[in-house]
Amino acid sequence: MDDALIIAGRRFGSRLILGTGGFTNHEILARALAASETEMCTVALRRLDPGARGSILDVLDRAGVAVLPNTAGCFTARDAVTTAHLAREAFGTSWIKLEVIGDDRTLLPDAVELLAAAETLVDEDFVVLPYTTDDPVLARRLEDVGCAAVMPLGSPIGSGMGICNPYNLSIILERAGVPVVLDAGVGTASDAALALELGCDAVLCASAISRAQDPVAMARAVNLAVQAGALAGGAGRIPRRRYAEASTPEAGTPVFAPASTPAGNPAQASA
Amino acid sequence: MRLMVNGQERALPDGATVQALVCELGMAEGGRGVAVAVDGEVVPRSQWPESALRPGARVEVLTAVQGG
Repeated sequence: MDDALIIAGRRFGSRLILGTGGFTNHEILARALAASETEMCTVALRRLDPGARGSILDVLDRAGVAVLPNTAGCFTARDAVTTAHLAREAFGTSWIKLEVIGDDRTLLPDAVELLAAAETLVDEDFVVLPYTTDDPVLARRLEDVGCAAVMPLGSPIGSGMGICNPYNLSIILERAGVPVVLDAGVGTASDAALALELGCDAVLCASAISRAQDPVAMARAVNLAVQAGALAGGAGRIPRRRYAEASTPEAGTPVFAPASTPAGNPAQASA
Repeated sequence: MRLMVNGQERALPDGATVQALVCELGMAEGGRGVAVAVDGEVVPRSQWPESALRPGARVEVLTAVQGG
């Protein structure tokens, strides 16, 4: 795997996309940004609060990261498309993390509305990065309508349950012709490492970092995990087997005395 | 005239523009990170100075916040 992540022709040195939701203040966010070494962060659009102090955009500008607006909170394709238009106006970017939620409790995507919104936005020249279920068929449909990446969940948003269905994710990865970004479900660094080991191109991570006891330390941990996972995935892991396979050669093993094999062990094993 | 801004009734001078409203809400001239929809329709930034608001309009003035 090359060091760079490329989405819609744009090159990213980091395979970690940071979600900014959940940080208790801008100062911790800024320090987590630095520790994560991310090059792109999500933001949301909400009603202007005239009393709010400081803009998150200033924090992201100072860190030199790209802004990826999301459509969080949208339950219909129509609302998501309108939100994408507003985001393009607000941030001057046609990149959009497309979320169309189907259920308040699970925050799982609404497949029908998601696909409809994706198709509309691609037609309007948006760079669409859809948050999707881990359904390989839906992932393929999203790619077919022209999404620049697909972003399947590992488990529900903020659940921290990691990758619940690595088999589905593997099928998505086998077939995908666009980058696959694991979005949602990461609970700790090892989940992010596993995503990259399985072959994901990147991880989008918010709560695991922002809601950790020490968000800055977790940002660094996930950063390193993503790098380790990408390296390990490219290096090629050994197959899993039921029984041990000695790494020390058997040839040349000394024999000190006859019948030294402990009772019950049919053969002497070398470790 | 009275209209709804972010879900709350608000009084503005007759003929006030989107630009005037955005300024009144304390946003900088450029309004970076701000987007406006009137009655569900996005008003492009370039049209803020000319877009006159109508009485009873439902206006959403949005800005960037933290979000995953």
